[in-house]
Amino acid sequence: MTAAAGEETRRPAGLGRWAGFLLIAVVAILAPFVFPAFQTQMSFLWIMIVIAMCWDVMGGQMGYNSFGNILFFGVGMYTTAVLQVGLFYDVAAYNQAQGAAGFDLTLLQYYAGLGIGLAMAAVLGVLCAIVFGYAMLGLRGHYFAIGTLGLGIAAGEIAAGWDYIGAGSGMVTPLYPDGAFGSRSEFFYFLCFALAAATFFTFRRLYAGRFGIAINAIRDDEDKAEAMGLHTVRYKVTAWSIAAFFTGIAGGLVGNIVGFIDPRDVAFAGVTYGVWMVLMAILGGKGMLWGPVVGAIVFHVTQELFWTYLLGWQRVALGLLIVLIVVFFPRGIMGFVRDKFPEWFGHKVDTGSRQQQEAGQ
Amino acid sequence: MDNINILFQAPELILQLVIDGLLVGSLFALAAYGMALVWGVMNIINVVQGEWVVLGGFIALTVANQGVHVMLGIPAAAIVLFALGYVLYKLIIFRIVDRDLFTSLLATFGLSILFQQLMNQIFGADVRTLDSGLSTWFALGGMVTVSQIKVVAFVIAGIIAVALTLFMRNSRMGQAIRATAQDARAARILGIDTDRVYAFTYGLNAAICGAAGALVVMALTIHPYQGLIYTVRSFTIVVIAGLGNLAGVIASAFGLGVAEQFAGFTLGAEYQNAFVFLVLVVILVYRSFMLARQRKYLK
Repeated sequence: MTAAAGEETRRPAGLGRWAGFLLIAVVAILAPFVFPAFQTQMSFLWIMIVIAMCWDVMGGQMGYNSFGNILFFGVGMYTTAVLQVGLFYDVAAYNQAQGAAGFDLTLLQYYAGLGIGLAMAAVLGVLCAIVFGYAMLGLRGHYFAIGTLGLGIAAGEIAAGWDYIGAGSGMVTPLYPDGAFGSRSEFFYFLCFALAAATFFTFRRLYAGRFGIAINAIRDDEDKAEAMGLHTVRYKVTAWSIAAFFTGIAGGLVGNIVGFIDPRDVAFAGVTYGVWMVLMAILGGKGMLWGPVVGAIVFHVTQELFWTYLLGWQRVALGLLIVLIVVFFPRGIMGFVRDKFPEWFGHKVDTGSRQQQEAGQ
Repeated sequence: MDNINILFQAPELILQLVIDGLLVGSLFALAAYGMALVWGVMNIINVVQGEWVVLGGFIALTVANQGVHVMLGIPAAAIVLFALGYVLYKLIIFRIVDRDLFTSLLATFGLSILFQQLMNQIFGADVRTLDSGLSTWFALGGMVTVSQIKVVAFVIAGIIAVALTLFMRNSRMGQAIRATAQDARAARILGIDTDRVYAFTYGLNAAICGAAGALVVMALTIHPYQGLIYTVRSFTIVVIAGLGNLAGVIASAFGLGVAEQFAGFTLGAEYQNAFVFLVLVVILVYRSFMLARQRKYLK
């Protein structure tokens, strides 16, 4: 099963495949104008794809459960917000005021702040991954998994106690300036779309090359991989850093889309985003390029349509879903499709793109 | 950090923190022993461990609210959780016991989310505690206070530990569990029903956690989302002590309890959880470092 996943992604891209990507891109670009009411939900769809793919690098391709990716998400969110404000105003005074009123940014200041903020979000995320990665990735999977389990919680506790970033009462992101390109939700929609595209093609490229083979080897038999001369720790830390890079930027964007950063419920939200990314990746099929993408689409659409009917039991359902998928449906949707219709191999991108179009409408 | 100076000015406080740490540490030791049991026998790292501690607390609370004596909550929690653990094994865990650690980690992680949110729905998100009706001892002119319930919890934890040790050593089931832990295949060949052993072990672990939780709700407080920190504590203790080392588990649980009290006092109570996690990272870094020394051939 695992070897097949690698070969599939490593095949040269045919013309049809690129036509499929082009189609997705066209739909994605037109979607916010056709359905202006759903711009924010669609932005979140791209974000979900990003965080699910980032979890899958570790959880699916490398066989390392990371329950702590939410750390990068929160770090990215706070970094972006603090820099957006901090480049031009005093952050402590800003947070004291409990709102963005009176701290207006000009157009140029806003774009510069956002750009620098997102860049630093990625950098700080990667730094965290390198520090904690070297600390914990020298060990095998279960130590790493439990180690990361506490990371997000600990970070949330620290953020909730740190006055500079607003402590427990959270932090508001700066107001979107007048006269900018398009509306706020359109602007962030396209940023999210660009991030998702960048993430997807980065991973597509990486999985097709030496890096993909190496991390798959670590998953399949780490001792053998090491005996073959693979520097496993270096690969593991690299994989986590790449995940941190994109998750950090995603966090920075989510902070701005939501507009308010709560340390425990938005930034280091272990029970929402932190669990969702795991669920989406295993639902779609872990260890496959398209798996987390499909999982994110299915999950997000289901969530938007039906979640409200569960009346507060959503999070219970989330836990139950994880158990059921892991125990009874471990291959996920894409794995199931591949097992059922192996002749569809060459058409797998089309399967994904069809679902993507449905979700985009 | 001002609190460090207070410690030097009033050395009685150090005694206070050590006593509190030891008393609380005994409860951590129980949960950690359960985790080591399941890890050693079934090769599953039970992420849902902490949720069972909290659930045990809620059950004791519910039982006490019916008007019976508070101490009856301890056996009640143990019995209910034994049944729950047994049923969970028969429903889910037996399907993952032979699979890799990755799968069992994810599955128990899902269970942990499930129970955490279920408790939040059923019992509410408030911080709860159970008044045991016991008072507090004062020593050294009121500088050192020892709440009696913590001492009672300590003693009961000790009794449970002794009972478990005797059970493991002498009973048929205890011997079967130890045999399965040593070599499951050999045990099966010799006629031990390993599936039953696994189910019992999993239930026993839940029962231990439940009893610990019933003590926690009287000696400390509980909260639906608090389980994770008990899981991390148990894991830290087991990693320090090693599997199948009861003395080590007790020693490191006491150590962690005392260290936490000092950290909570000097850094502020809001950073106590962060500290627990920090201890885990430091332990892992140390292990990682020791392993790296054996991996020199790679460089």
